[in-house]
Amino acid sequence: MTALSEAGSAISHGGGRAIRRSPYPGWFFLPAALVYGILFLAPTLASLYFSLTRWTLFNSTFIGLDNFAQFFREPFLVQGLVNTVIYAVVTSGLKVVLGMLLALLLTSAVMARGYLRSVVFFPVLVSTVGVGITFTVLMHPTQGMINEALALLGVKGPGWLVDPKLALLSVALVDVWKGVGLATVIYIAGIVAIPKDYYEAARIDGATKWQNFLYVTLPLSRPATATVITLSFIGGLRTFDLIWAMTRGGPGFSSDTIASVIYKQYQAGFYGLSTAGNVVLFILIAILVVPLTMLLNRRQGHE
Amino acid sequence: MLNKTAKLLTGLAAGLLTVTALSGAAFAQSVNLTYLIPSGPENQVIADEVVKAFEAANPDINVDIETRPGGSEGDNLVKTRLATGAMADVFLYNSGSLFQAINPQQFLVDLTNEPWQADVQASFKPVVTAPDGTIRGAPARAAMAGGIYYNKKVYEELGLSVPKTWAEFMANNEKIKAAGKVAVIQTYGDTWTSQLFVLADFYNVQAKDPQFASRYTANEAKFATDPAALRGFEKLQETHDAGFFNEDFGAAKYDDGIRMLAAGEGAHYPMLSFATTALAQAYPDNIQDIGFFAQPGDEAELNGLTVWMPDGVYIAQTTPNLDAAKKLVAFIASPEGCDAQTRAGGASGPYLINGCTLPADVPPAVSDLLPYFAEGGQNGPALEFLSPIKGPALEQITVEVGSGIRPAADGAALYDEDVRKQAQQLGLPGW
Repeated sequence: MTALSEAGSAISHGGGRAIRRSPYPGWFFLPAALVYGILFLAPTLASLYFSLTRWTLFNSTFIGLDNFAQFFREPFLVQGLVNTVIYAVVTSGLKVVLGMLLALLLTSAVMARGYLRSVVFFPVLVSTVGVGITFTVLMHPTQGMINEALALLGVKGPGWLVDPKLALLSVALVDVWKGVGLATVIYIAGIVAIPKDYYEAARIDGATKWQNFLYVTLPLSRPATATVITLSFIGGLRTFDLIWAMTRGGPGFSSDTIASVIYKQYQAGFYGLSTAGNVVLFILIAILVVPLTMLLNRRQGHE
Repeated sequence: MLNKTAKLLTGLAAGLLTVTALSGAAFAQSVNLTYLIPSGPENQVIADEVVKAFEAANPDINVDIETRPGGSEGDNLVKTRLATGAMADVFLYNSGSLFQAINPQQFLVDLTNEPWQADVQASFKPVVTAPDGTIRGAPARAAMAGGIYYNKKVYEELGLSVPKTWAEFMANNEKIKAAGKVAVIQTYGDTWTSQLFVLADFYNVQAKDPQFASRYTANEAKFATDPAALRGFEKLQETHDAGFFNEDFGAAKYDDGIRMLAAGEGAHYPMLSFATTALAQAYPDNIQDIGFFAQPGDEAELNGLTVWMPDGVYIAQTTPNLDAAKKLVAFIASPEGCDAQTRAGGASGPYLINGCTLPADVPPAVSDLLPYFAEGGQNGPALEFLSPIKGPALEQITVEVGSGIRPAADGAALYDEDVRKQAQQLGLPGW
């Protein structure tokens, strides 16, 4: 018992340099390590290999980096990369802004607060594909409810999902509609956790509501902002289900994201090429998200 | 092993069901077959009728129909199920280039020496022949053509006649548009429907350049640089640029296209002739108003029809019930099988099995096909039956060209790139 507590204090005092002795024996980790190794490590390593081959599921020919060269040569694959970043930035940006605004509203003394909170959160619970199909019907250029409503106001609605300039943004808007509830909930938790003392101090200093928000709420909900940005940005980068349900990357290739491009290569039987695409996606997410999280967390530490 | 257990369990479950339903009638020796077909109402109706007739003739065999999605999603599913050894006993799938892409030599049962092969027409055999020269499938449906459906009532009203050249076709479209109707129906909500102007133009390509298919397979001819081949993409762009399409062409689906054609809202619908079945089922009152003609080329004397071979039925090598599966395939490739199909779906084109006949009162869309097949008529197979290569992204590219997003020449060049990927994947020489 004493030895154990001594070991414990050694860990807490030893700092980062000391070798940490786990209180559990090695075999204790074996099941988890096996599961992780078989289901995650091995496929990851295998996919690195297969991304260098022309693969038909039954046999593979080693072709070096040809798949990657192919991947970057094709105009619609590059467009997919650009679209992915646009989509991730638009959705996570809107989710931060709208989520914050909704959270402010729903933490204030608004009527029927509990009901409104559940209304905002409800779309998160609905199946993405269901949402996608519903909005595809609503956004039909001539028979969709959205454009019919606009027609009543005398406005000719655009072809939300058929206009190549609009399709990606339309899908992004639906993504925001569906995902903003989660951002709101995170923000509500963040705002509620801010101690009341700050607001009291601000009131004594004669702060306006706007100053309250700008100098108290906004900085102190930074952990929530970091979480929302990271989650929605990664979600936006690897988005697939909503785009596939609504446009399948169309019209043509105009709303393709990297995930839908990869899926189409897989559908077409280009297994090596689609694996290479997944490696690219992995690297892309790492390149964009690792610095982002570091940035968000560092600032948080300075507070 | 798992597979076997699963099959055993399904068999048991089915057996139990039979017991409860029929109080034990004839379940002791019954064999259960699975038959995988693409989804869709007309596929289902036809398969139901064929299976019903087959089960009546073979009371000891029970066939369960499974469905799969069509298009490239279905291609992927078929490939995956074959590769993982989980394919249904018998399945319906494309012939020609898509058949080559599922590795027939490795996965399909050799049917070269089946007695019914004697009655299969020679034109069909090459499109289900594996690279080693063995025949691995039987024709499952009627032959089809790619071309243009037209509404005869609209033609009568406006005093138009069936065009033999592209210029005449465009002139007709102009008059139809002036009369306030949709000249050309396009339905990019189902992307595959966008390919027709390009694919159905192949007779015209072949007429100008008889060696195109072999040069294309050998990486010598390209859509972007062969003027005859490029015409298909150009035709699509011309019809779009002239504003002949329905307003909602980007979102409309195949079913909408069928409806607009039947109702006379639209005059032309470029489509494969299998749509006759859907038309007859959904709009029996209008089926007499619908005709069909080959996609016009630039010269009247070269006018001819691009023909599609029917899908094949194949047996997966993993089947535990080879004898029963062979019986089912033999039935589908027999006159009784054709009759069952005609009973369920109506006649949609000529069958490729000797002894199969069409009823006397076929719809006009079918009788319009027959002159192209008769003496002096001109027809030729689509490119996907002459070459193993078909690029998988064609439908997205034709949506772009048909929507005015990408010019025809760009689209053709992009498609050449797509074709190269497919050829490399197939391991063809010269790529």
